[in-house]
Amino acid sequence: MAPPTTSKPVRLLVALGVVIVGLAVWAFWPGTSSSVRLGLDLQGGTQVILKPTPISEGAEITDEQLSQTVSIIRQRVDGLGVAEAEVTTQGSGGGAVIVVSVPGVNQDRVVDLVQRTALLDFRPVWGISGAAPLTATPAPEPGATDAASPGASPSASPSASASAPASTAASAAASPEASGSGTPAPLVQAAENSPEFQEQLAALDCTDPLNFTGGRPDDPEKWLGTCDVTGTAKYNLEPAFIKGTNVTNANAVLPQGGMGWVVSLEFDSEGARALADASTKLTGLPECGTPGGNPCNAFAIVLDGVVTSAPRFNEPILGGQAQIEGDFTAQEARDLANVLKYGALPVTLEPVDVTTVSPTVGNDQLRAGIIAGLLGLLLVGVYLLLYYRMLGLVAVLSLVIAGGILYLAFVVLSKTIGLTLTLAGVAGAIVAIGITADSFIVYFERIRDEIRDGKSLRQACDSGWVRARRTLLAADFVSILAAAVLYFLSVGSVRGFAFVLGLTTLIDILVAFWFTHPLTVLIGRTAWMQRGSKMTGLDKSRLGVDHSAQSSGGRGRGRTRQSSKEVSA
Amino acid sequence: MSRLGSLGHRLYAGEVSYDFVGRSKRWYIISAVIVLIAIAAVLIRGLNFGIEFRGGADFSLSNATCTVEQARDVAEEATGAQSIVTQTASGTVRVQTETLTPERSSEVAGLLAEACGIPKDEVRVQVVGPTWGQEISSKALQGLLIFILLVTIFLSIYFEWRMAIGALVALAHDLIITVGIYALVGLEVTPATVIGLLTILGYSLYDTVVVFDKVKENTRGVTGQSVLTYAEAANLAVNQTLVRSINTSVVALLPVVAIIIVGAGLLGAGTLLDLAVVLAIGMAAGTYSSIFIATPVLVDLKNRQPEIKALQARVLARRKAGRTEASPRGAGEGDDADGDDESTGDGTTSGSPSTRVPGGPRQQPRRQARSRRR
Repeated sequence: MAPPTTSKPVRLLVALGVVIVGLAVWAFWPGTSSSVRLGLDLQGGTQVILKPTPISEGAEITDEQLSQTVSIIRQRVDGLGVAEAEVTTQGSGGGAVIVVSVPGVNQDRVVDLVQRTALLDFRPVWGISGAAPLTATPAPEPGATDAASPGASPSASPSASASAPASTAASAAASPEASGSGTPAPLVQAAENSPEFQEQLAALDCTDPLNFTGGRPDDPEKWLGTCDVTGTAKYNLEPAFIKGTNVTNANAVLPQGGMGWVVSLEFDSEGARALADASTKLTGLPECGTPGGNPCNAFAIVLDGVVTSAPRFNEPILGGQAQIEGDFTAQEARDLANVLKYGALPVTLEPVDVTTVSPTVGNDQLRAGIIAGLLGLLLVGVYLLLYYRMLGLVAVLSLVIAGGILYLAFVVLSKTIGLTLTLAGVAGAIVAIGITADSFIVYFERIRDEIRDGKSLRQACDSGWVRARRTLLAADFVSILAAAVLYFLSVGSVRGFAFVLGLTTLIDILVAFWFTHPLTVLIGRTAWMQRGSKMTGLDKSRLGVDHSAQSSGGRGRGRTRQSSKEVSA
Repeated sequence: MSRLGSLGHRLYAGEVSYDFVGRSKRWYIISAVIVLIAIAAVLIRGLNFGIEFRGGADFSLSNATCTVEQARDVAEEATGAQSIVTQTASGTVRVQTETLTPERSSEVAGLLAEACGIPKDEVRVQVVGPTWGQEISSKALQGLLIFILLVTIFLSIYFEWRMAIGALVALAHDLIITVGIYALVGLEVTPATVIGLLTILGYSLYDTVVVFDKVKENTRGVTGQSVLTYAEAANLAVNQTLVRSINTSVVALLPVVAIIIVGAGLLGAGTLLDLAVVLAIGMAAGTYSSIFIATPVLVDLKNRQPEIKALQARVLARRKAGRTEASPRGAGEGDDADGDDESTGDGTTSGSPSTRVPGGPRQQPRRQARSRRR
């Protein structure tokens, strides 16, 4: 067995103090959110669990498709302008589901929004202007990037290349996080490029995140006025000439000859024909962004209502294979390829569980959970105090400390990994009161056993701990194992519960090792505890200790003084 | 309270001893009957699965002013199918129908809200597709199996495989009884119930591990002496941890009772209440089984080992010869002089005096060295 851990109880208490202060500073650091994020069942809102199924029979959903789906849904949900909306996946492969949680929004809208299939289409660009509404005129970025490669594709295949503006790479002018104000303006669409349409487009504010986060699938048959995905430019787009479903493949490749990453594209026969027509027509047009350049030589890749990228044609593309060039990094090229490949989402999303909780009900549940927790804590505290007296007080303090650490941990985890506290989690925490208190009971019973064996109180605090510690670790290991297995294998509310169970078990171990045990040892060194009055919970008559033990207790006191001097020195 | 305290002492010293192990047949029969009733209940009555498992729509209207009949009329007219309407003590009306599309469910929620005089936003709506519940359950079942496999490996390494079996028998006992009571009473099985069952799983094993740890300690080197049989040493361990088991159960049940009180009083049916009910049943069964089932099963398994059999024969022969001696408790504790921090604990070889089991250096030399340290 390891050497006794009790020689420096003060050190352990100080260490725990440091941990708590550290957590508190982290939790309440100015400028960050210092509250526990509540799940929808506690604050009200709508949760939709979506099960993706491949459109084609028997196909498997790849992780790439899944993450693409999630990012599209996330963009749409962000577009709702609700703070703290969440889109997560649970599970993987065939069993994966997507969980969308939106606080405080009526279910109809959320379900409608997330369930809709994202549309990908290719539209000729009629004109490009600055992002801001009406007057502001920053130089339109997309037109400036024709430096890429005039003769970049010397391949014998008729695949021509288009140079892409690196708009996917451009840094966002504003954070894509929803500002929480208002709803996105209706999509600017019209059957013709009419003056009204142009007026509406001029009024469109592409610096507002609501307008460039997508979620409003466009009608491919109509003209579209929209923003690019980073909110840095505004596009006037003609009706689509190719739909996303015409794209058969897209890959990020690094061609030999080293022009940097490019995205290669393949189309089906219909897409290839349309591409040949459009490219032939567009190559003759002036550069976009130049004066009078309407319509101009570029086509926009529009995903879910916003422009992902707008390359220009270098030459007519006749073979159904194209290549998009630009100053891509490997990641940007892969992202664009994914958009092109999965943009039209080869999955259907079926809402398998839709739950709406009104904020009132959510608050009631939270309040009931808190009341139940406090009542449980009170009952357990009274019982422990009655039974263990002074030691019971140590146990109650330990429970309070454990509760405090749990709260701080929730706050810290809320801001670091986005933990949300659900009702199942609250239940887990309440249940954990009993299991945490059990650790103290096991220890105290061991101390009593040791005293019955004739040990002095001080010895008993040490040797009882060595035995209790082993039991605790074994028993808590089983709990943690259960929590970990459940967390990784389950979905829905079971997961939240398992997380809290695991967290509380870890805190239980921390508190038992760094608080309960050292504090018990310190208290055990006091003369009052040594005398063993009724209030200590260790009085000799109750424990039935005989005289020989008391004499050894007397010697134990002598040694205690010495070692407390050592500690304070 | 103080009576329980001194009972603790007498249990520890072996002055008072309940024969948990020796009367194992009795406990087995009691448990077998309960388990059979539970299984029969599940087979005959079946479980009342909530809409999360069957699929369907659930509308919860708190502070509703309508009657159950009114709500049912509205719901059945709107959906054209039968619906289940219940009202809880706190005035919440709950309407359950078959699965609806999200749009339809929104309509029905609006109609119900109108009929019951509350704003539509106050209606809690849940719509679950029919396959979703199966998926949750199969995931939970998969997790359960993997957990049991891992915990068996852990217990076999930390204790021994016989203890793993004992713990698993106790676990199965607890789970079957809990599920059986659900079937008997007709309580609704919700995801919270599944969570509760999984907690019982952890709790039951946790409880058993604490008892087994004491058994392991008491029976260390048990074959090196001839005073106590394995069964007696194990029984003593159960008695010695009895006070702890009682205290732990009380302390674990108190918060659960608090949830039931608060849940029933303030909320009506809900996740918390569902969870608390299943926990209350399971924890009670868990405490019972760690005392009355796990250890007796372990002893039965151990008694098949040749050396344990030999021990039993030796002890009984020795008793027959009238040489049973009650060595005085606490002997040798006075010379406990070297209690410095390096070697806390007594320096005598009697690892745990109350068990009166001298260490067995021939069988377990390493163990001996460890127990000296305490």
